[in-house]
Amino acid sequence: MTHEHNHKSHTRRSVLIGAGCVAGGLGLPTVLTIRRAEATPATMASAIRQVVGEATVKPGKVKLEMPPLVENGNTVQYTVSVESPMTATNYVKAIHVFNEKNPQPNVISVHLGPRAGRASFTSRARLADSEKVIAIAEMSDGSFWSDTIEVVVTIAACVEDGIP
Amino acid sequence: MSAPLINVPKSAKRGEIIAIKTLISHEMETGFRYGSNGVLIPRNIITEFVCTYNGDEIFRANFYPAVAANPFLTFYTVASASGKFAFQWTGDNGYSETATAEIVVE
Repeated sequence: MTHEHNHKSHTRRSVLIGAGCVAGGLGLPTVLTIRRAEATPATMASAIRQVVGEATVKPGKVKLEMPPLVENGNTVQYTVSVESPMTATNYVKAIHVFNEKNPQPNVISVHLGPRAGRASFTSRARLADSEKVIAIAEMSDGSFWSDTIEVVVTIAACVEDGIP
Repeated sequence: MSAPLINVPKSAKRGEIIAIKTLISHEMETGFRYGSNGVLIPRNIITEFVCTYNGDEIFRANFYPAVAANPFLTFYTVASASGKFAFQWTGDNGYSETATAEIVVE
């Protein structure tokens, strides 16, 4: 009985995996031919330059939490937290999130201050591909800190649209 | 247009750090997608979100097309006084939406 049940669910799973592969296989060429604009590591670097200026961005103090394996790139929930006492003289001014392979390197920029109490926020992003995501925190003393993660996306955020 | 969903604690102790959650219904059309007729679908996104606490700005966000549809945000503030949170979203094509929430601080 138990064995039979297992066997059944196994089959169903294989069918689902198969369906996913077919969908992925069909979707991929379309995406590649239609996509015109794509951020590159270079455009991401220049977008970061625009925010930080000449300052150096050091790794540390920032934690970017995003699932390492994303099933659906259309909504990827993430949390950025920054180590900071958040006092009137030592606080996080802003947090910026960048990505490497969407059509545009910027994701979000948030501005906060000592009244936040906790330098952290949660939001949802679109990711067009398996790529690198960077969160950069701007401190009240003018220093910049960052965290970089690599995310694998199995179904990319849709670049084309089905609506005529 | 459905109203934004706001989650702010009704009451808090003075000095307590509280979480504010906001969710607003918006397609966040990226401006990078083509319709099946081959025509580029124009960008239509929320570009800015501002939260004020008794009139003072405590949190602001600039959104880009990489923010997922129906933008969701959780952020924090120190409960300093009873009063009102005001939220405003502005965006492409003159988009503007507001919401408020009250808090009692003991």
